[in-house]
Amino acid sequence: MKAIVNVALKQGVLDDQGKATHHALDTLGFKEIVKDVRIGKQIILELNSSNEDEARAEVTKMCEKLLANTVIEDYSIEIIG
Amino acid sequence: MNVTVLQFPGTNCEYDTKYAFEKLGCNVTILWHKETKLPENTDLLVIPGGFSYGDYLRSGAIARFANIMDSVQTYAKNGGKVLGICNGFQILLEAGLLPGAMKRNSSLHFISKYHHLKVINNDNTFLQELNIGDVVNIPVAHHDGNYYIDEEGLKQLEANNQILLKYCTSEGEITNLNGSVSQIAGICNKEKNVFGLMPHPERAIEELLGCDDGVKMLQGFLK
Repeated sequence: MKAIVNVALKQGVLDDQGKATHHALDTLGFKEIVKDVRIGKQIILELNSSNEDEARAEVTKMCEKLLANTVIEDYSIEIIG
Repeated sequence: MNVTVLQFPGTNCEYDTKYAFEKLGCNVTILWHKETKLPENTDLLVIPGGFSYGDYLRSGAIARFANIMDSVQTYAKNGGKVLGICNGFQILLEAGLLPGAMKRNSSLHFISKYHHLKVINNDNTFLQELNIGDVVNIPVAHHDGNYYIDEEGLKQLEANNQILLKYCTSEGEITNLNGSVSQIAGICNKEKNVFGLMPHPERAIEELLGCDDGVKMLQGFLK
């Protein structure tokens, strides 16, 4: 079983990397179509588990403890069986 | 005075810090992160600059779980004095010993240069040798020094005189360096025994190095 964790800065916390990338996309001619850019990271975990609920609960603990800094970041978890 | 300096894989300012405090007459011990106990006679604990664990995941995020950190938590909670410089500051934030979090510099560049700082509060051990409004010239060298705290947190920092230093011009005008909320360069906890700053006072201790403005900061701990 696999868990895909996406971590990104919370809405309301200025994302400087996203802002710089948005600016670059604007100058490349994508100004009309791109409304906003947020940049995050993806952490892929291979798990020794066959129980989706258990896996989700454990990965949530990992996010709260280490994978995300919940002062500034949000996370989402996708479990792939 | 006995100073203990922590060392993680990737720390690179431990010897500069040792040199600086020895020059001020302290006994300095460098302690490897796998130790589980701080030396009992520690009067000041310093978490120095560098790139602990390569700054992987986030600056300071992995160091926070090193073996020695339980002892650091206990030491701080019992009123022991802790100073975190640069990566040390980031580790203190990740460990929850100081409020807020660190983001990438707003320019997205690594910034390495001397920069002026203004003393905002001096009713604490760290800055007692300086006056409010004093301007000091201290090197900065960081990629993730963009300090973030929410509005409520900022109000609390202000109300408790926890903001120690802000980035400024040579004339003392507050200025933006890296995007930090309220241009904050250094803070302390409410109890005023845990201090963190992004600039490196240990690199400004001799005129030969360009400036010795860091001496007065580090000397505060000797009283």
